[in-house]
Amino acid sequence: MGIDVVVEGLTKAFGRQTIWQDVTLTLPAGEISVMLGPSGTGKTVFLKAIVGLLRPDRGRVLVDGVDMANSREKDIYEARKLFGLLFQDGALFGSMSLFDNIAFPLREHTRKKESEIRRIVMERMEVVGLAGAERKLPGEISGGMRKRAGLARALVLDPQIILCDEPDSGLDPVRTSYLSQLLIDINTQLDATMLIVTHNIDIATTVPDNMGMLFCRELVAFGPREVLLTSEEPVVEQFLNGRRAGPIGMSEEKDRATIAEEASHGLVVGPPTRRTLAPQLKPTPGLPARRAVQRRRARVRELLDELPPAARAAVEADLRDTAEAYTANGADTLVRTRPLHTYEGGGPA
Amino acid sequence: MSAPSEPAAGKAVGARPPLRVLNPLRETGRLFALGWTVVRLTFRRPFQVREFVEQFWFIASVTILPAMLVTIPFGAVIALQVGSLIQQFGAQSFTGGASVLVLVQQASPLIVSLLISGVAGSAICADLGARTIREELEAMEVMGVSPVQRLVVPRVLAVMSVGLLLNGLVSVVGTLGGYFFAVIVQHGTPGAYLASFSALAQLSDLLIGELKAVLFGFIAGVVAAHRGLNPKGGPKGVGDAVNQSVVFTFLILFFVNMVLTALYLQLVPAKGL
Repeated sequence: MGIDVVVEGLTKAFGRQTIWQDVTLTLPAGEISVMLGPSGTGKTVFLKAIVGLLRPDRGRVLVDGVDMANSREKDIYEARKLFGLLFQDGALFGSMSLFDNIAFPLREHTRKKESEIRRIVMERMEVVGLAGAERKLPGEISGGMRKRAGLARALVLDPQIILCDEPDSGLDPVRTSYLSQLLIDINTQLDATMLIVTHNIDIATTVPDNMGMLFCRELVAFGPREVLLTSEEPVVEQFLNGRRAGPIGMSEEKDRATIAEEASHGLVVGPPTRRTLAPQLKPTPGLPARRAVQRRRARVRELLDELPPAARAAVEADLRDTAEAYTANGADTLVRTRPLHTYEGGGPA
Repeated sequence: MSAPSEPAAGKAVGARPPLRVLNPLRETGRLFALGWTVVRLTFRRPFQVREFVEQFWFIASVTILPAMLVTIPFGAVIALQVGSLIQQFGAQSFTGGASVLVLVQQASPLIVSLLISGVAGSAICADLGARTIREELEAMEVMGVSPVQRLVVPRVLAVMSVGLLLNGLVSVVGTLGGYFFAVIVQHGTPGAYLASFSALAQLSDLLIGELKAVLFGFIAGVVAAHRGLNPKGGPKGVGDAVNQSVVFTFLILFFVNMVLTALYLQLVPAKGL
């Protein structure tokens, strides 16, 4: 099972420019979280701060008892072995073949025999759909393939925490859907804590258990997916609907003059659009159920009283559906979730 | 190795930004920090044998031929120059001695330093710089592998060993070139050349040359790596970094050479005739 990532009061500035401040959140163990945010809000910087590549100015990031921001270099290097990070364009080593790239962490950190390395690498390449491309150099393949190879490399040490930096950028919608499914399947198989940084609405609505949004140097919100997906907070709402009307402008926040000018063009914020809550993706049939789902239900049930009404209704509907799926499961094979009695602990609500 | 790779940022938000005037000092500090880290990580297992051998081979293959081609005319110039000057004193028989003093002690470490910083240093800097802007090094760090230990240490050691061996090569080729021009071209006598050679030369001349070459290799490797690890934005930044790396290395090496020569001349008495 994955491990918690606890971020407390994280603040980062480059020179005088504050990127974000006082970001506090917990990535729940084994669950998938998505961090949304318009371009340029420091999403990538946030990822890099979590793995300790960038030192934040204040705050800490606790992973398995190690503070990734302030610990000794040796401890940070040790803790990084828990991570798998998918970079925006894969960050593959240009001089190595895909096979060597993916085998790199194994060769560096394990004493496995070459035959075993080969077996693991081939298996991972199969998972991301790259079988047969192992002799290719990163320069010889498409961006989508590079991304998948980067993902395979991030997965090869069975990380407890997987961070993905814009896994969808440069992919077509079909490949993006496949990638979404792949991310869910990976979470099912490894039960790792995942954080996906993206501004792709499809991924954001169908993949995560939890969502957060960075805007204007702050964490606007972070919580169960229902909270953001039903949110009436203008920033979140505008972003999820991809509208121009709202507080987000071309570069960061709109000022009053821009709002007035847009209003004169008829661009005004109406009442919040009601969004139907897209169902979360299920693991590919044949895989066991995601263990995170059950854990999250238990967690969210605890939170239920604190949630805003709309989110609360959505969560309750979700819990009800599960109960129905459970009762129907005996006969109805259309329900793709594996029988719920394989979940450890707690029955349906 | 987070110290040299992290961008300069204020310690706390709202605190005074770091003084720009002190930037050169800060850079120097980072350079020394990297140098120290390289020394420290050299002794940390596992040693990257494969990377070392590959780099050694690469650096040797790109420096040997230019080194010889530079040395032969250099040896010739010294032989001709010294020869024609010394002829006016009527002391042609000492051309061999002059050749060794200039070549083995001074010229060969300098030729080595020029080649190492110009050829090996620029290649290392460009390689690391390109990897840095492609986020390869960050990816490596995320995988819990120190780029300094994995990439920089083998490169610095390779430059040092190539420097050591190259210095020997340059000394031999230079001396042979000097011999050819002094004896064949200027009609000196072989016996006089060799006699004055062994009269003035001592083993410590070669040793200081080798010491210099090794030290130059270390400095060139560390400076190139430091510039390569911190390019300022984009492909042009890498180009600038390579440029700076070569210029800085030249400046530092010539200065270090001066200091070492002064020390050597003070500490080791010259051999009398």
